[in-house]
Amino acid sequence: MTLWLMAGLLFTPLAWAVLTLLTDFAWGRVVTWGGIVVQVLVSLGLWLAVSRDGGFYYGLGGWEAPLGIELRVDGLAVTFVLLTAVVASACGFHAGVYIDPDKPWHRYFWPLFWFLWSGLNAVWLGGDLFNLYVGLELISLSAVGLVALGGKAAALRASLRYLLAALLGSLAYLLGVALIYGQFGTLSIAGVVFWLEDHPVPAGSGLALALMVTGLALKTALFPLHRWLPPAHGIAQSPVSALLSALVVKASFYIAARLWLELGEPLGNLAAAQLVGLLGSAAVVWGSWLALRQSALKQVVAYSSVAQIGYLFLLFPLTYSVSESVSQQAQQGITLQVISHALAKAAMFLAAGNLILSTGSNRVDALTGVSRFLPFSLFSFGLAGVSLMSLPPSGGFAAKWLLLQASLGSGQWWWVLVLLTGGLLSAAYVFRIYRASFLENSETDEFYHPSRSLEVIPMVLALMAIGLGMVSEEVLSVMALPFEEEGSP
Amino acid sequence: MTLNAWIPVFALMTSLVAALVIFLLPEKGYRLRTTVNLGAALVKLGLVVVMVWGVFRGVDYGLSFTMVPGVTFVLKADALSMMFAGLSAVLWLLTTIYAVGYLEDSPNRSRFFGFFSLCVASTMGIALAGNLFTFFLFYEMLTLSTYPLVVHRGTEKALRAGRTYLIYTLSGGAVLLLAIAWLHGVAGDLPFREGGHFIDADPEIHRSLILIFILLVAGLGVKAALFPLHGWLPQAMVAPAPVSALLHAVAVVKAGAFGIVRVVYDIYGVEASSALGVLEPLAWLAAFTILYASVRALSQVDLKRRLAFSTISQVSYIILGVSLFGPVAAAGGLVHLLHQGLMKITLFFCAGNYAETLGIHRIDEMDGVGRRMPGTSLAFTIGAFGMIGAPPLAGFITKWVLGSGALAAGMDWVIAVLVLSSLLNAAYFLPILHRLWFREPQASWPEERFWGRLETSAWLFWPPLLTAVMTVMVGVLASLPFSPLSWAELIVLREYSP
Amino acid sequence: MTAPLLYALAGAILCGIGLFGLLWLSHLLRKLVAFNIMGSGVFLVLVGLPQHQGGQDPVPQALVLTGIVVAIAATALAVVLIRRYYHLSGLTSLTGEPASREGAPE
Repeated sequence: MTLWLMAGLLFTPLAWAVLTLLTDFAWGRVVTWGGIVVQVLVSLGLWLAVSRDGGFYYGLGGWEAPLGIELRVDGLAVTFVLLTAVVASACGFHAGVYIDPDKPWHRYFWPLFWFLWSGLNAVWLGGDLFNLYVGLELISLSAVGLVALGGKAAALRASLRYLLAALLGSLAYLLGVALIYGQFGTLSIAGVVFWLEDHPVPAGSGLALALMVTGLALKTALFPLHRWLPPAHGIAQSPVSALLSALVVKASFYIAARLWLELGEPLGNLAAAQLVGLLGSAAVVWGSWLALRQSALKQVVAYSSVAQIGYLFLLFPLTYSVSESVSQQAQQGITLQVISHALAKAAMFLAAGNLILSTGSNRVDALTGVSRFLPFSLFSFGLAGVSLMSLPPSGGFAAKWLLLQASLGSGQWWWVLVLLTGGLLSAAYVFRIYRASFLENSETDEFYHPSRSLEVIPMVLALMAIGLGMVSEEVLSVMALPFEEEGSP
Repeated sequence: MTLNAWIPVFALMTSLVAALVIFLLPEKGYRLRTTVNLGAALVKLGLVVVMVWGVFRGVDYGLSFTMVPGVTFVLKADALSMMFAGLSAVLWLLTTIYAVGYLEDSPNRSRFFGFFSLCVASTMGIALAGNLFTFFLFYEMLTLSTYPLVVHRGTEKALRAGRTYLIYTLSGGAVLLLAIAWLHGVAGDLPFREGGHFIDADPEIHRSLILIFILLVAGLGVKAALFPLHGWLPQAMVAPAPVSALLHAVAVVKAGAFGIVRVVYDIYGVEASSALGVLEPLAWLAAFTILYASVRALSQVDLKRRLAFSTISQVSYIILGVSLFGPVAAAGGLVHLLHQGLMKITLFFCAGNYAETLGIHRIDEMDGVGRRMPGTSLAFTIGAFGMIGAPPLAGFITKWVLGSGALAAGMDWVIAVLVLSSLLNAAYFLPILHRLWFREPQASWPEERFWGRLETSAWLFWPPLLTAVMTVMVGVLASLPFSPLSWAELIVLREYSP
Repeated sequence: MTAPLLYALAGAILCGIGLFGLLWLSHLLRKLVAFNIMGSGVFLVLVGLPQHQGGQDPVPQALVLTGIVVAIAATALAVVLIRRYYHLSGLTSLTGEPASREGAPE
């Protein structure tokens, strides 16, 4: 049973990718929509299996690490697998209607979409550092391809910038991996921890961690390495932007977080932890400020991603040399932030896409008077905004609450200021959009109405982001499931 | 779970569901929308009446579940929440009737009534919240759902006012969140409980508790329009009259005041607050706000702005009442929660009628309106006399009870504040009344509209008269059971002898 | 100084050169070559360092093989994008305003 689930998660997406590569856009859509159903069922199945029996290690095809691919299937991983299934299928359905089938190069959307999905699953489940690298590269390359699908020179420019940043980040990460393997002779994080139990920490191994985290921070677009993100996310087609902001940046962060949680205590130090937190805070403030000043609607949303990503990096200071319960709160808070941002940002990009279809322009000013004609997509946008502003009862609020508790509990009160200021700044840029839509002095009285199916999808995602706050206890309880230690390295 | 656990949820859901239905209705579905609105309002009123009766007999209505690890979502009906819930249920019904008439033929009504219902759902949630966390949840929801109402007209001026409103309320919300999170860190998840939690608090946390109290009052004081955080309220007057009526009489300012009452009584406990020494500064601040806003009201020429400053002043009576340490004064403050609501909504309804029927917005245009619109003007007069505190109206009861409470608590200076504020109230209301009844009307009104037999549309005519009658009734019948005064005394009785 | 350590050090130097090129050169193809140099440097470190510490080890060989495949895929994608970008904008670097050639044949 598990064999089929694992194969279904990692290899069937590749099969869909190959199949869609052979067909045109319309057939690709048929294959994909069928494939989505399969993937969602498989993801759900794995989630149920883990929530019933707990997590486990799984050697793919019977090969063990280091040569084989070993997977680490725990509560956190399956939660993200399920999150990916939700967001990716929403984007897939949206894209099937949204993307213009007449442009010949658009048929590549489907294979890239499926490569991206399998890369994401590989990262969530990956157990050793090198396979995580391969997963990351699969994600980066397909994401770059998706951005380039815009077809215009500006899109290619953005995608090239993205590609160079992503490659540099991967190499920094891989160099770190090389140092780790050279030092500890193992590729699994758990193996390094095991080695450190009865050896002193070797000098210079902090460098390996620093290299890996820096590379991943570049791929996650942490301030000041964020410059590549807004053009890429802003110029891509809306379903692509949604995928990138919701899932792709989270993959590299997920690896950084796993590294830090396991190796941060032995290899890191307080100054580094605080520095990363500080950069995250700077991202929150600077990203929000720039979001407030953009004139293009999707750029606002893209810069908002820079800001929201900043919160994630508060994980570093809030888990370094603090009590077990504070660390627990911080981890839960960050996990909720990842999930709620994924749902809310996907909803926001898809809704923004609908708004653009409807006004025929990407400018914020063009929204004047739209609140009369398109309340549905505007409403989805607004609900997603509530989660980004981290107002109750959204998932963003639950995350912020836990982070506030962790900051206060560890005595690092300065992050409290960041959390509160960030909330207010995000309110400023979200309400700027509402404000434009409420203005009544517009000359345009005719807006194009996108089809209902386009409007329903962001609404569902936004409602999930809002509802997450009410059920966050249940969501987090799956992550705290016991981990079966059999077959550990 | 029993039915009793679900009744508060139903009370909340009536307006939430109404909001969703209304959002989905087409703009032209006029009759259906009105039916949904009024139906929901009536159902909610019914549920509240059931709960009031139940709470009186000591039935426990409540529901709770864990939301975020360590924090519970609690809905609970106690005597204090029923006071606020009752007020909002009654006034929602009347305001809905009024708003249907007021917005006749204007655009975007689906949007308006949808957010209007959301706003009432939030108010209901605030009333029924069983801990600070749940309270905060609905408090922020109220901010969000009132913004579209403030900017409803979509003019530059409305959007500017909306921005000011947001800056004030969201900043206040952030401060409040900080305070709640900090309190949670210090003391854990605290349900609202009569008598509070900190009577025997560890002296080591006293300093934190005082700081948290200051933050809580600062956060809640924004919505309660406590000086110097009141700046948003006069600007928000650009909103349509039913919104002003609801915002000022019920939802927003009362949510702030109600929150302060909750913090003092059910989180800190009145005795612990007094022992911490935070009540007296609060009383001074409230007294100052009362006088300051009254003085500012004198110089306003726009009718609604004058009423707004009057609101700032009147809401502080509630805070003054709870911050005077003593059961009698507390009853005076609490009863004003209801009394001020009734009187102020009357005045705003009337102001809306003048604007809608005759196009009158400024006080100097009001000469002789009493002859053209005797019914509305009668209601206005009753409301104004109530504010001044003329016996036997609602305002008189408040001031009387508050004054005797102050004497009982040994704070004689409050009497001086009350007298001075009544004089100021008279000074800014009597000239209006004089214009209404004793000046010669102008040759023509700015924008006159006609509705047949009545002086204005029937939808607009009856609500202010009804609330005016209520203003008289709660004053005259104050000593009967279930009058606001006896209900406030019931709360105080439970509060001071938990 | 063992031979594997020499490899590792040479790898580190190549990494440095590649990084410099990637950051300072503006022509896109040069950047791409710099990326490949940096990648080779990383692979050298990956092969050299473990052998210095623990003698013969087949695992890094396998890893580097995979790494090379990934690098080739990335290079191929980059070449396609650069070519297309040049075709549409007439530019070979990311600095400078793109000449608007959107009406150009596709």
